[in-house]
Amino acid sequence: MIPSLNASTVLVQNLPALQVVLPLFAAPLCLFMRPPRLAWLFALAVAGATFAIAVVLTGTVQQVGAFSYEMGGWAAPWGIEYVIDPLDTLMLCLVTGIALLVLIYAGPSVEAEIPRRLIPQFYVLYLLCLTGLLGMVATGDVFNLFVFLEISSLSSYALVAMGRDPRALTAAYRYLILGSLGATFYVIGIGLLYMMTGTLNMEDLARRLPEVADTRTISVAIAFLAVGLSLKLALFPLHKWLPGAYTHAPSVVTAFLAATATKVAVYVLVRIFFTVLGPIEAFQTLPVAVHETQVVSFLAIVAMLSGSAVAIFQPNLKRLFAYSSIAQIGYMMLGISMVSVTGMTAGLVHMVNHAMMKGVVFMALGAIVLRVGRPRIERLDGIGYRMPVTFAAFLIAALSLIGVPGTVGFISKLYLIKAALADQHWIMAAAVVVSSCLAIIYIWRILEVAYMRSPPADAPKVREAPLVMLVPLCALALANVYFGLDTRYTVGLADSAAEFILNYQPDAGPAFEHPLFDGGAHGQAGETSGQGGGHE
Amino acid sequence: MRLYSVLRTSTKLLMPPIMLFALYVQFHGDYGPGGGFQAGVIFAVAFIVFTLIFGPVRARQVAPRWVTTPMCAVGVLLYAGVGLATLLMGGEYLNYNVLAHDPHHGQHLGILLVELGVGITVWAVMVSIFLAFVGHDGDDEEEDDDPASAWGCDEGTLIDAREDDRA
Repeated sequence: MIPSLNASTVLVQNLPALQVVLPLFAAPLCLFMRPPRLAWLFALAVAGATFAIAVVLTGTVQQVGAFSYEMGGWAAPWGIEYVIDPLDTLMLCLVTGIALLVLIYAGPSVEAEIPRRLIPQFYVLYLLCLTGLLGMVATGDVFNLFVFLEISSLSSYALVAMGRDPRALTAAYRYLILGSLGATFYVIGIGLLYMMTGTLNMEDLARRLPEVADTRTISVAIAFLAVGLSLKLALFPLHKWLPGAYTHAPSVVTAFLAATATKVAVYVLVRIFFTVLGPIEAFQTLPVAVHETQVVSFLAIVAMLSGSAVAIFQPNLKRLFAYSSIAQIGYMMLGISMVSVTGMTAGLVHMVNHAMMKGVVFMALGAIVLRVGRPRIERLDGIGYRMPVTFAAFLIAALSLIGVPGTVGFISKLYLIKAALADQHWIMAAAVVVSSCLAIIYIWRILEVAYMRSPPADAPKVREAPLVMLVPLCALALANVYFGLDTRYTVGLADSAAEFILNYQPDAGPAFEHPLFDGGAHGQAGETSGQGGGHE
Repeated sequence: MRLYSVLRTSTKLLMPPIMLFALYVQFHGDYGPGGGFQAGVIFAVAFIVFTLIFGPVRARQVAPRWVTTPMCAVGVLLYAGVGLATLLMGGEYLNYNVLAHDPHHGQHLGILLVELGVGITVWAVMVSIFLAFVGHDGDDEEEDDDPASAWGCDEGTLIDAREDDRA
């Protein structure tokens, strides 16, 4: 009765589910691990396994193209379907890779910043947040996406609130209110889509929406989705939750959220507007702001300029780079809003590259918090000589943020400007250059303090950060250089993802069975992949 | 609260039916309205009524922290564990068909266990949150809060970091 499949087949055919379920299952187990090191090592092992799964999935998609997985054995438009396509694999690798590196780094930092009895809970929340982010990427169902959005958001509110500073609580509260508003807008939007089509499956929605595209309900749905998701990804006027949350959260949480959470929100926006609403060209019909500049491009340009400008005046480095993140989100949205393959590639590549830069920046700031205390600029005189390795990594990321050739930041900006010039968007190209110049100013302020001043005579002796923190920090810093020189993986993956997403047609959607499943299961495979009702 | 014998007696009378009704909602959820979430809430209501009348200290005796906190996790584990069991038995995640010889029985068993998991977690989380708000969450296991020693960083820098940076 029960098919006796061998273990590896079972494993491979269920990878899309395991990608999400593994951290979900591991999260509550962390609660039972009282010694902080044990909880840390366990979470680390889980993150390593999820990264391995993401890599295997990427290889599978490159071999056989997009494929889907039926949760609970229920066929797609009725049941919940998980779809893994090129864009998903890019995001899965990014999120799990960053989660792994940040977790390696987390051990000492968490023990220093989180009360000892809360450490198991910290790892529970971290893994739940990871579950939510991975689920949002893997799922092919708009409501399931909402559930995972809430899982990741709720756990990140709690993670932010764990910050040592009492103001972490108000920051988390603000994040909670605005984040919930965003999620509510999103769910209202999909509710309206459901009202008109009767389906929640992404592919099915894309198939049915063109019939009802001209109704007012769909227009309202598009508006709700655009505003809700913009709140989640902190697009310019809706970004007020971000600086506080990043500044007061524990260092590990800032590094993790800055490198993944907003990126996944950008991914969701791309997914919703270019696949689900792709056939009705919802993104292209968003209102025009100024002249012929569409509203998202306009807001992206304002975000790029205002974020960088505000960052110049911040004395607290975590807040400074939080504002810089707002500007960087502007770059991503600018690329995406061009609605061309080059523009989309630029947006997606910058999503990956920015995760690498900000991962390094916030990890380095975490090491400084551990050794020096508050990351305020006036306390960092000569820090470049007091913590040479940490600051060397920081320097690489900072140069990358400016866009110096040889770093990933250059690649993003190159593609952005190329895309802007190709479509003759002169203002956009100019905005990228101006914003980069502003970035030079705020980076220079830090580098001047760090390298051109000698440490005060009475400064306490500061040691370099522990090795476990330096290794992931340096690894990610080197990735900034490596992917700046060898762009085959990042640009290649982003390019195929952009190609896929812009030419998405629902009928040419994924096959309904796992491609590796039929091949390796000795003929019993077809039986188990049957519909929910009849296994026998 | 010793004086309000009417309240105390009626609470004692009400609690068993509330709990029994919760169990009915839990296990009849397969056939009628109900299910794990509603049952967990109703079951927690019994504890909340008890806390209102007899106070949080006695409530913590009835539902101590070492029961409620692990229970939050146990429910999720039961849910996810059923999913993993179906994976190992050769079906998709949460495909209950493979749980028993007859797919129908498998579906019954699967949804029963999953809803039980939901019920346990919802109950435990409701009681935990309520008692945390009432304030007698008893931080009895406040351990030595000395994070600095483990990784050999200076205690001074940490105290320093706790200060407010008046931005």
